[in-house]
Amino acid sequence: MITRVVTVQNAEGLHMRPADKLVRTATNYQCQIELERAGQVADCRSMIGLLTLGAPQGTQLTLRAQGPDADLAIEAITRLFDSQFDDP
Amino acid sequence: MRIWRSKRSRVYSIHNLMTLDPRMLELQGIAVSPGVAIGKAIVFDREGYSIARCLISRSETQREWDRLVEAVGRAHQALGAKGKATTESWGADLGGIFSAQQQLLLDPHVRSEMEHLIKDNLYAAEYAVSEVFAKYAAAFRKASSSFLAERAADVRDVEQTLLEALTGKPTQTLKEIPHEAIVVSHDLTPGETAAFDPEKVLAICTEAGGPGGHTAIVARGMEIPAVVGVGNFLHNIRSGDEVIIDGHLGRIFVSPDGPTRQRYLQRQIARESIFTELSELRDLPAVTSDGVHVELMANVEFPNETQACLARGADGVGLYRTEFLYLGHDKEPTEEEHFQAYQQVLRDMQGRPVVIRTLDLGADKMGMSRPIEPENNPFLGLRSIRLSLRNPALFRVQVRAILRAASSGNCWIMFPMVTTLDEYRSAKFLLRSVADDLASEGIRIPSNIRVGMMVEVPAAVLMLDRFIEEIDFVSIGTNDLTQYTLAVDRSNDSVADLYQACDPAVLRLIKQTQEITSKHGKSTSVCGEMSNNPAYALLLVGMGIRSLSLASSTIPVIKKAIRSVTLGQCEAMAWRALRLGTAREVDAFLMHQLAGLVPEIVLQA
Repeated sequence: MITRVVTVQNAEGLHMRPADKLVRTATNYQCQIELERAGQVADCRSMIGLLTLGAPQGTQLTLRAQGPDADLAIEAITRLFDSQFDDP
Repeated sequence: MRIWRSKRSRVYSIHNLMTLDPRMLELQGIAVSPGVAIGKAIVFDREGYSIARCLISRSETQREWDRLVEAVGRAHQALGAKGKATTESWGADLGGIFSAQQQLLLDPHVRSEMEHLIKDNLYAAEYAVSEVFAKYAAAFRKASSSFLAERAADVRDVEQTLLEALTGKPTQTLKEIPHEAIVVSHDLTPGETAAFDPEKVLAICTEAGGPGGHTAIVARGMEIPAVVGVGNFLHNIRSGDEVIIDGHLGRIFVSPDGPTRQRYLQRQIARESIFTELSELRDLPAVTSDGVHVELMANVEFPNETQACLARGADGVGLYRTEFLYLGHDKEPTEEEHFQAYQQVLRDMQGRPVVIRTLDLGADKMGMSRPIEPENNPFLGLRSIRLSLRNPALFRVQVRAILRAASSGNCWIMFPMVTTLDEYRSAKFLLRSVADDLASEGIRIPSNIRVGMMVEVPAAVLMLDRFIEEIDFVSIGTNDLTQYTLAVDRSNDSVADLYQACDPAVLRLIKQTQEITSKHGKSTSVCGEMSNNPAYALLLVGMGIRSLSLASSTIPVIKKAIRSVTLGQCEAMAWRALRLGTAREVDAFLMHQLAGLVPEIVLQA
């Protein structure tokens, strides 16, 4: 299992469009990917799960991946957070 | 001629009686607005969308699941097309929302929950969809962050798209009831009931709610039968089923058999003849047979109800609720909107007194843009006069409009839920300052406007001797007085049986209020639901109350009751009732008395 801490940097937080991008990215990989916020865990392929985290700008989330391509998935998803989901 | 009975001696249970038609289902709820309606049901879910709640047989589950999977595909395409069109017109930013909604549609959790409901719980596809999506929408809405609350609307949008894909037609909302129908729902928000088209809604029936709730008030205002507090039954009824609503006995029949239907058709005819007879009392005063006059005023919610008030012979408007201006609107009403409404009511009532009550809402009920912290105990929270005093800018708008309209009629101003003398003084101070402003603008304000307060918090009763010098009148709001005295949330089904306006504790507070006001020569009216019940109305008269404010539709029957008795009989009733120990004893005693004194208006159980 690979773990990394990511931060929601974009102004609007983890709302509909960023979550959409996360789900689309996660579905490209075979591994299990989760995001955790203060004990609440969301499957990265579940839009509802991600929204339920209710993560506004500045929230730190723990990203976890387990499976054959876990390292690639972690990289791709970290990039999404760092690029602020290409969200202004 | 029997059209009234106790609301208390009911059994709130669901039972399927032995009937000729095995499909007929008889239910018992709380009768809150009299009348009988026979018609087709239109069933709405918790969010105000019509739904088909039905179950399937085990052999159909695979077919039902396949049907849903296909619909998901179609809904996905529909969202894609909407997204494309939106992107072209408005740019990718907005179009992206639909792409995100597609992800909600395909969410693996949502999908597996729907599959479980269909395959294991035998839900029809539509039922499964509305259950799962409603659950997530509710969870989002309840979330403390506004961030999530706004997502609830997206969830509902996706649900509607999916339901449309399943049924091939747009879903109906409460605002657009297509034909005459009986509205059946879990509960109704004030905004929903305010949006009803009175031409289309024949009757209302809800799973939740109680005698003092908003549905009851609106139904009586619209003069349509209503039964609330029926308990869970929406799974037993579908839109299009024939239903009978008996607003006298609180009974509901789903798919009635022939004899039941016949019985109620006859009752409808009989009821019309009673009303003809009662309406002949319209121009006669409400006096006891020994000549004591009782003022019968009407409670009004919407300005267009004044016609019904006059038609029923109301002596004035004893309670003009102004909340409708705030409900069902996204924006706060303008001074002009307030003014138009008040002016219309004052003019229509042609010099009869009109008691305008300032805003009596919780912060949560107002469609205001600013976010409001959720409250643990809204009934004990920032509502009513407290909310108005906290938002003086908003309060001034309403007070300005009332004062400007005052010269159109006989205007009284009443502040609701006053708890402390400080509150009353602050409200009156604001009123005076607004009046000064208007005077300096050259707007004429009548000098005889009477200013008073609602007595609905026990603290106000206990302190009334201190208030009394500073007020012109009081109106006892028995609904909230009951709630606050007995510490019972009247909208909570689990404790609804405690909520009894005839509880001796409430009666003592009313008596105490009446004694203080009459000693000081100030007028006292009772404007709660209690006044709508003939037995309680006679009790109040016996306790010294000479002004009642009630639903205009019940004015004739209350007038009939008052004209049938002497003051001495009422006083004897009150003397005895005030010495009883429990609400049950009081109610049973009063019903027995009413049956003896005015048998023609008592409905036998």
